[in-house]
Parts: sequence; structure tokens; C-alpha cells
Amino acid sequence: MNKNTNKKASPNLFNLVQRFSVPLMFILICAVCIPLSGLSANMLINEIVTRMGRNAFLILSLLIPIMAGMGLNFGMTLGAMAAEIALIFVSDWQIVGIPGMVLAAFISIPISVLLGIFCGKILNEAKGREMITSYIMSFFINGIYQLVVLYLMGSVIPIKHGSIKLPRGYGIRNTVSLLSMRQKLDNLLAIQVAGVKIPVLTFIIIALLCLFIVWFSKTKLGQDMRAVGQDMEVARDAGINVERTRIISIVMSTVLAGFGMIIYLQNMGNIATYSAHSQIGMFCIAALLVGGASVDRASIGNVFLGVILFHTMFIVAPKAGAAITGDSMIGEYFRVFVSYAVITLALVMYETNKRRAKSAAGQQLQAAQDAEEAAGKEKA
Amino acid sequence: MNNEKAPLLEMRNIKKDFFGNQVLTDINLKLNEGDVLGLCGENGAGKSTLMKILFGASDITSTGGYGGDILIDGQKVSFSSPFEAIAAGIGMVHQEFSLIPGFDATENILLNREPKKSNIVSEVFGDRLDTLDRKEMDERAKAAIEKMGVSIDQHMMINSMPVGHKQFTEIARELSKEQLRILILDEPTAVLTEREAEALLDSIRGMSARGITVIFITHRLQEILSVCNKVAVMRDGVLVQEVPAKETSVEQITHWMVGRDVKGGSAAVSTRTHEDAKTILKIEKLWVDMPGETVRNVNLEVKEGEILGIGGLAGQGKLGIPNGIMGLYEAGGKVTFDGNEIPLNNPRKCLDSSFAFVSEDRRGVGLLLDESLEWNVAFPAMQIQNKFLKYYLGGLVKWRDEKAIREVTEKYIDELKIKCTSSKQNARELSGGNQQKICLAKAFALEPRVLFVSEPTRGIDVGAKALVLDALKKFNRENGVTVVMISSELEELRQTCDRIAIVSGGKISGILPASSSVEELGTLMLSNVI
Amino acid sequence: MTKDKFKAALKSFGLPRLIIAGFLLLLLIMAPFVGADLPTQISNIINRFSWNGILVLAMVPMVHSGCGLNFGLPLGIISGLLGATLSIEFGFTGPLSFLAAVVIATPFALILGALYGWLLNKIKGGEMMIATYVGFSSVSLMCMMWLILPYHSPNMVWGLSGKGLRTTISLEGYYIGALAKIGQINIGAISIPTGTLLFFALLAFAIWAFLHTKTGTAMTAVGSNPAFARAAGINVDKIRMLSVIMSTWLAAIGILVYEQGFGFIQLYMAPFYMALPAVSAILIGGASVNKATIMNVIVGTILFQGIVTMTPTVMNNMIHMDMSEVIRIIASMGMILFALTRKTEAAK
Repeated sequence: MNKNTNKKASPNLFNLVQRFSVPLMFILICAVCIPLSGLSANMLINEIVTRMGRNAFLILSLLIPIMAGMGLNFGMTLGAMAAEIALIFVSDWQIVGIPGMVLAAFISIPISVLLGIFCGKILNEAKGREMITSYIMSFFINGIYQLVVLYLMGSVIPIKHGSIKLPRGYGIRNTVSLLSMRQKLDNLLAIQVAGVKIPVLTFIIIALLCLFIVWFSKTKLGQDMRAVGQDMEVARDAGINVERTRIISIVMSTVLAGFGMIIYLQNMGNIATYSAHSQIGMFCIAALLVGGASVDRASIGNVFLGVILFHTMFIVAPKAGAAITGDSMIGEYFRVFVSYAVITLALVMYETNKRRAKSAAGQQLQAAQDAEEAAGKEKA
Repeated sequence: MNNEKAPLLEMRNIKKDFFGNQVLTDINLKLNEGDVLGLCGENGAGKSTLMKILFGASDITSTGGYGGDILIDGQKVSFSSPFEAIAAGIGMVHQEFSLIPGFDATENILLNREPKKSNIVSEVFGDRLDTLDRKEMDERAKAAIEKMGVSIDQHMMINSMPVGHKQFTEIARELSKEQLRILILDEPTAVLTEREAEALLDSIRGMSARGITVIFITHRLQEILSVCNKVAVMRDGVLVQEVPAKETSVEQITHWMVGRDVKGGSAAVSTRTHEDAKTILKIEKLWVDMPGETVRNVNLEVKEGEILGIGGLAGQGKLGIPNGIMGLYEAGGKVTFDGNEIPLNNPRKCLDSSFAFVSEDRRGVGLLLDESLEWNVAFPAMQIQNKFLKYYLGGLVKWRDEKAIREVTEKYIDELKIKCTSSKQNARELSGGNQQKICLAKAFALEPRVLFVSEPTRGIDVGAKALVLDALKKFNRENGVTVVMISSELEELRQTCDRIAIVSGGKISGILPASSSVEELGTLMLSNVI
Repeated sequence: MTKDKFKAALKSFGLPRLIIAGFLLLLLIMAPFVGADLPTQISNIINRFSWNGILVLAMVPMVHSGCGLNFGLPLGIISGLLGATLSIEFGFTGPLSFLAAVVIATPFALILGALYGWLLNKIKGGEMMIATYVGFSSVSLMCMMWLILPYHSPNMVWGLSGKGLRTTISLEGYYIGALAKIGQINIGAISIPTGTLLFFALLAFAIWAFLHTKTGTAMTAVGSNPAFARAAGINVDKIRMLSVIMSTWLAAIGILVYEQGFGFIQLYMAPFYMALPAVSAILIGGASVNKATIMNVIVGTILFQGIVTMTPTVMNNMIHMDMSEVIRIIASMGMILFALTRKTEAAK
């Protein structure tokens, strides 16, 4: 027994380093870039805290589909679009502040649920290629979103206020101001610690979601999702409704992403109507992966570590890039490149690990056989 | 008479056919509480089909159901899904594990039957949001493991368990079901070590004492005699014998399993000897890592011009031999062909040395299902031997010669009587027998010197079987091609081959002339079954 | 019987494809009524076909070898862009610069294609998602490179700082219309870029011919059933690698042909989403995730480009609302979604 544990210890350390290679790499990047950027510690911490409040909820919404074995939900943008539509309505009705946000959250729910069900059904038809399908899905729904917001709002769907309509009389402007809601959530109960503003209420909401996710994983539904995520056939044989469970996981993710988007936008203070959602999915997924998550395993810890590391890089890269090359664009491109490279790396690692697991089973068999053969020879 | 209870399980005149192919005929069986029935028979004898019927498997209902009645406690039952069978108290442990790899034993034992605690949220949103009662889960799993009588770590993850413990987890899962009365174990000891198997047999005795009826399918006849009180032997879809275990012996069961009626073609049609012929293929110390069909230390000599049969039960390793030699699965050892050593793990080299292989996995490996028959027949010959090609630009461009391809395909369609609309038809649309003939045609087109044929008659109807075997024989006789034929059906081997090698427990257990009696071959087959 | 056959044909054609074809037909019929200039439109379609045809053709080898739809097209495009910019940097002008660009792009395409193929062989089964992100990563990496690499040609770098390439580089004086002007035919408003069409036809013929050779046959078999191909002695990884290199090279040539028609080199984020129109075009043409023919390429490109050119004008003239962008997104993405969810095509 003792021997066994000893044997396992050394590869474990190697595996650990390998598993956390992405976070380690990011710590290195940040360590190099922070001094180069010339940002003060105070400013940096302020920025990180702000971004934590802004993004954490959105990233947390990715956890549930990973639990259900559906990979990274590129379709979380669907929830973001639902939230934007809800916010457009609320600002048209001039309901301000926290009540406006709560109302928007309520309006976003049915839209998110519908989109989630649609997305879940399509993904059930494309088992084994959920990620590419949800990725294309986000583009497809973006087309529908544009149809609704750019053409139907104001012409078919009543929009009263001229300030958010395009001058031509229908369609929504490129930017919708959320001044009445701007950081209302963040500022309520906010405290200053050593010059760093901490949006306590936002953090409380994020903490509540974390608690919810922990609680959820202990429920029957959570258990079913994990079972479905690991082996659909076995789960089906045990009588679990696989398709329905998968759809529920996508619906939950979409609804949560919608709430997350409302928190994100109240912090920004305006909606970039046609672009706010398009990059959200990519940045959230990259942040989660930077935190050490993989396609089939992610935890709440990954989310927070990811937000800190990814956004530190995000803040310092342009300044550091400018300091090195004298061109701020380099840093801008660098952070985009890093986001994509991280996702690529995570996907490649996921696929190669899957294959390695398979070949390891073969090698084990072969070793057992050789041993037996050797034993047989000895006897002879 | 009056106080005699109805038997727990009764099967009356069970019949089943798959598209006109009769696989079960008039099976009658009675089992009482606490009975342990040993069910044996060769592969394809109908054991699995019978159990599937009892368990309400979907491939039975989807192929037109079955004939006859199943009675539990004297009440007629008919299960349209395994869930109904489970509700009626039937449990089944399959050969393939049905476990969630990342869950521990407890979670797997209680999969989808977890005890739950309700809470405020679940009151509103339904009971799927109940939280799991971990304490209760642990207790129930513990109770089930205790019931089984074999101790396993209930908090160990499945993927870090040894194979035997996975098997025990499955059994514990069935035992944790309160309503369980009949437990079907399908070759449970195949993956166990000797000690684990012994523990399992003890556990079966314990279940029986508790009044659970066990149906135990295995090829290890000794185990049957040691644990069962009844033995049932099936052959060709018929229940040939049902006797108390005390009154029989391993020899007798073997005889029932493989024995045919005296008349039924028991002598091979024509046995030839090739003792004087030179050894064309020599296999030394071959091991093959083919999952489920591993073999080791195979030594075999194939004489030029003969048909060598390789037989044995499923899972014993006979399929590993051709797949390993042809490089489809990892293999080691030495294979010498006509004096030259053939490198292993390289399909191309084997084909270059004029070997050909008809795989047992027709749809997976044997065919391009979505391409035309022409492509299927001509492809290997084109790639390996540059046949059916036209050369342009001084040989720089090797162009597919559609006309030559069509001619050769049509030739084989004619010769092998392949039923199809045209040579352009997709292979997917053909019936199993005709697909098999295409596979043969593909191998024939290579004009090999040694042809490996793996399970040539698996899943095809009787008429097509005869045609396929005749075609093989004709190919052997007329072209002087050495054939190595691997089959689970002894009778078929005896009718076609000259010599038969039997694989058992991953080793060659003996080589006999095809004229040997079925009993001799059968004894070899069961000699060191794993 | 004929009704069944008709139904089967309809089924294999696919509902989304039918809707798109019907929609284009409707646009063509309506065009004269709403006052759109039909000959100009047709001329546009032909020209855009000639620009895009090769990019769509680049899908074919990878689909054939079972690597799925080449979402990593931007990688090939980058090779083409390197060829284009280096050709100008080295001082080639006029139509000769096109030839130089092709020659310079080729080694880049071969090397990048080989690396890309090596990667895809490591991750069989997850090709499409990873291809997408390989494309994205390479485009964003090149964004930095366009700034850093020591280009000097005054026609390409930013005028003020004298370094870093511009986002759009005019091909005036270089290879604008290098192919299109060869034997160009003008009938009224219709102008036919004969040279470009011939060039497309040449490459399409080459691919068609390749698929009829021994190696091409092996490629199709690898895509159809890799286990079968392996058992028949084919080196599956090598064939897949070859197909990826071919696709990458075609993409490189494709972007150069696109540029000579369009008249500009577009750098930085421009290649980013170029894979998606090409993917949806071939799918609209009747291809699936693992089957594609030259006919699919031609039909698909015509249908896709037809919709892209016709919708803005017809829609604008009809309801004074330019919904073309939205319709293009919904139609093309819907088509890709449809192809991804086909179960029969997922097997092997």
C-alpha cells in the first residue's frame, strides 16, 4: 500500500504542473508585464476588483454545462442577447435604478429559457460536436437578434422613446445609455478599503450564485448532470432522461448568463447594442481556462483565479506592449492573441488527453501480458 | 399438490426469430425461489437472446417481440423495456460494465435511485432539486455490499478500481434493489481472478440462501457444478438438456453443448492432409493486444494449400490471431512467410506479401458503406498492387480505370451471386450476406497467397452461409490459395477446413484434423477457458 | 414510385438548401419588377463567384479526407497574405507580382499546412472546433506581425510612422485584375472575368482529376471509413496531412485571386471570419460534413454570392430596408447548423 502511494507521488507532481500549465504561464506573463506597464498597485487592484464584479457572474454561468459534459458553452452569448433585449425594453419604459435591473432580469428569463431550449435541442442533435455547434449557434442567434433589434423594434415591437431609436424611426441606436442604472448595484453598500472601491452588493450576489452552484451540485439534478456528462449511455440505462437533463443544463446556463450580462452592463453604463455580446463568450471562456479549468472540469476556484489572471493580463498588456515597442496596438493584439491561443491550447490538451487515456489502457494490457509471458517462460 | 406454490419464474414455449431466422425454438424453463441455474451453450446457442427476452431488451421488442409466455409467480408478464423488468424484480449484470467512471462505488450502486431530502426549492420546482442524502446513500450501499458478501471500498472511484471490483459494484447495484428476486449474471467470472471468482461463487450461494434466484451464464463448467443446483444446456436455439447439477459432469455438459445428432453431417465433407506440403506460414510466439480477444504465445504452422480452421469460444482470443498478424492491433512475435519474416504492426507490409484479410467487423473495417460496390471490391487491389489504373504522363498520373473496376466487380457479382441493383449501388444498402460476399470479392481481387477469413458467416442467413463457404472452398481448390478461417461455429469449421486449431484462454490448446469428433474439439474448446 | 423518388430527392437536397435556392430564384424574378438592374446584378454574381470560388474549393480536400469543414481557412489565407505583401515588398509590379505572390505564398502554405495537419492528426474527432481556433490564433498572431515585421515598401506601410503595414493596401499598379483582365468579355453591362474563371476551372479540374487518381481515391476512402483504409494498407495520417496541405495551399491561392478581383489586400482582422462564408457556401451547394464535390462548390458559390449581391438591391428597392446583412447571417449560419446536426453524416 505504502509503496503504491510513493509510486504515484512523482507523476502526480508532473501531472499537477501539466494541469496548471496555463495558469502558471499567465502568472509568468503578468509578472513580466506588470512592472513594464508602470501601473500603480492601487490602480491595478482597483481595476481587478471592478472587473471581478463585472465578469465573475458571467463566467460562473459556464460551469453547469461543463458539469453536464457539454463542454464550453459558446452559446452563453444567447443569454447575453436576452439580457440586452430586456434592458432595451426597461430603458424604453424608463424604469430606473435597481428596480429597473430587477425587472430586466425578470424579462430576460423567458427569452433566455426559450433560446436555451432551442439551443439545447439543437445540441442534442449534434452530440460529440457540441462546442462547434454552440459556437455557430451564437452567430445564428446573433443574426436573429439583429433582425429583431435593428428592424422589428420600433416598427413591429413598440418602442416609445426616440432617444434609443435610430433617426430613421425604427431600429435601436448603436449605443443605448444605461445612465440611470450605471453602477447602481456596485455603489449600493460599496465600501472603500485603502482607496480601493469594493462593490459589496455585487460581490454578495456573486457569492450567492457560488453557494447556489455548490448546493446545486448536491441535488439529484446535479448528480444526474454529472452522470450524463461522464457517460450518456450508462445514465440512460439507469433511467435518467439524458436529453432533458442536457437541455436543462443549457437553459440554466443561458438564464444565468443573462443575469450576468445585466450586472456587466450596469457596470459599463451603456449597451453597445450590436457588439456587446459578440466578444463576451470568448473572453469569459478564455478567463475560465486561464484559471486552470479544462473542457470537462471546472470549479468555482478556476473562475476567480481566471478573472484575476486574465484581466491583469488584459489591463497591463497594452501598456507593457507600448513600453516595449512604442506601439500600443501591439499590446491590444497581444491580448487578443493570448485569449485565442489559450482556448486553442485548452482544446488541444483536452483532445490529446482523451486519446492518451485510450492508449494508456492498451499499454496497461500489454504490460500485464508481458509479465504473464515472462512468468510463463520462467516456469518453462 | 395444493400447497405447492407456482414457480417463481416460468418460461413457456419461448420462440424468437430475427427476420425469419429462427434463433430460439420452444424453450421451457421453470425456476423456484433460491434456485441457481447454470446456463451454458456455445456462442450463438441463444443464451443471450433468451436472457434479453426475459429482461425486456429493446432489440427484442424492436424486432417483432417473441412467441410464448413468461410467468412470474404464475402471472403472465410481458416487458416492453428493461425498466419494467427491473420493477418486476429482475436484475441483470451485463458483460460490458455499465458504470459511471468518475463516480465512486456508492454513487454507482445507487445511480438514479439515490435517497433524497426535500427542501424549499424542490417543493416549488419539483423533486429533481431534492438534495442527495449522502448518509443514507452510504448506508444503503454498505448494506448491498454486505449482502453480496464480498468487501469492496465503497468510496473508491470506478476508474481506479481493478476490473473485478467493477464487476462486484455492478452486482451490488442489483442487490441494492429491494424488489430483486431474479438475478441474471452474464459471464461474470470472465474478468475475475481465481480468488475473486471464488468469492463471487460464495456470494451466489449466499443470494440463493436468501431466496434470490440466480441465472448464471458461464463457460467455466466447473463453476456451474460447484454453485448451481440446476444446469440447462442450449444448442442452436433449443434447450437440449435441463438436469439437476448433481447428476451431471463436465464431460457430459460438454457433450450436450457441442454434440450434434449422429446424422447431422458430423463427418467433414472432405478432409485432405497436407503433411507433405511445405510450411508456407510460420507463426512463433505471437502475442496480440486486441481488447477482449488477447492471445499470447501462439505457435502455429500453416501448410501450403490447406484450409486451416481456428475455433474457440468468443473472447478466448481466436480473433486476435488474424487481426494481429495483419497489423490491425498491436502485436509482437515472429511471423515468417515463405522464408521471409513479415514485420508486424504494419498492414501495408502484410498486404504487400500477398496476404489478404476478411475482417469479422464487416461494417466497421470491412466495407466502405457509403461508397459503391465497385470501390469496395477494387480499392485494396488498386492501392496495394496498382491494379485497375491507367497511366498518363509517363506514369506520373495514376488514373482510376473505371471500366476495369466495373468489369472486375461485375465478374464477382456474377461469380458469388451477389444480389444488388448494380455495381454502382452503395454497400450500405446490401443485406448482411451480400455484404460479406463483397468482402470476399475484395480479398479475392487481391489474388492473395494466404487468405485470412474471420467469422465469414457471422450474422448471415443459412442460404448465404453455404454460398460463402463454398466460394471459399472453391477459391482454395482452384487457385491453390492457403486459407486460414476463424469461426465460432465448430460445425462450419469441420465442414470446410482440413485441420482445426482451437484457441482457449488466449492460447492454442490443440490442433486436430477436421475429421475429429465434435466432443474432442469441444473438450479442447473448454480446456482452459478464462 | 416516382413520388417516393421525388420525396427522396427532396430529402437528400435538404429543406434549408431548398429554401435558399427558392429565395434566390424569387429575388431574380422580382429584380426587374422592383427596378433593379438585372444585367449588373448578374455581372456582379459572376465576378464575385470568380473571386470566391477557390476559397470554397479549398474546403474539398479536407472534407474528403474526413477532417471536416475547414474552419481553419484563415491559416491558408495568411500564407496568401504573406505571399502578397512580400511580392510587393520585393518590388514586383504588374501582373508579374501576382505570379510572384503565388510562388512566395506556396512554401508558407506548405509549411503551415504541414504543421496544421500534424496538429489535426493529434486530435482526430475534434478537428472543427480546434481548426476554428487555430485560424483565430494565427490571425491575431499575424496582427502583431504585420506591425512588427520590417516591411518598407512605401505603398504598404503607414505614411506617418513609416513602419507597420496598413490595414488596406491598394493593388493599383500591382496585380489588380491580373487574371480578370485576361480575355475579359464585355457585353453591355455584363463583364465576364474570363481569366479568373479559367483559373478557377483549372484548379477545380485539377482537384477533380486528383480525386480520380490512386491517391485521391485513397483520400476519399480515408474520409469514408478510416478503419477500412487502414486495413487496406493506407497510411491514414499521411493522407490526412496531404489533404490539409492541399486545403491550405488552395486557401492561399484563393485569397490572392480574391484580391486581384477586389483590388485591395486586407490585413489584420480581415481574414478572421473568412472561413464562415466559404463553409456555408459549400454546404449550400449540397455538401455535407464528410462529402463534397466540385459541383457542390460551383453551385454553392453561385447561390451564396447570388444572395449576397441580390438581397441588398432587391430588398432596398422593395421595402427600403437593407436587411441583406441579417439575411446573409441567418441563412449561412442556419445552413452550417443544419449540416452539423445531420446524424447520418456524423457516423464515420
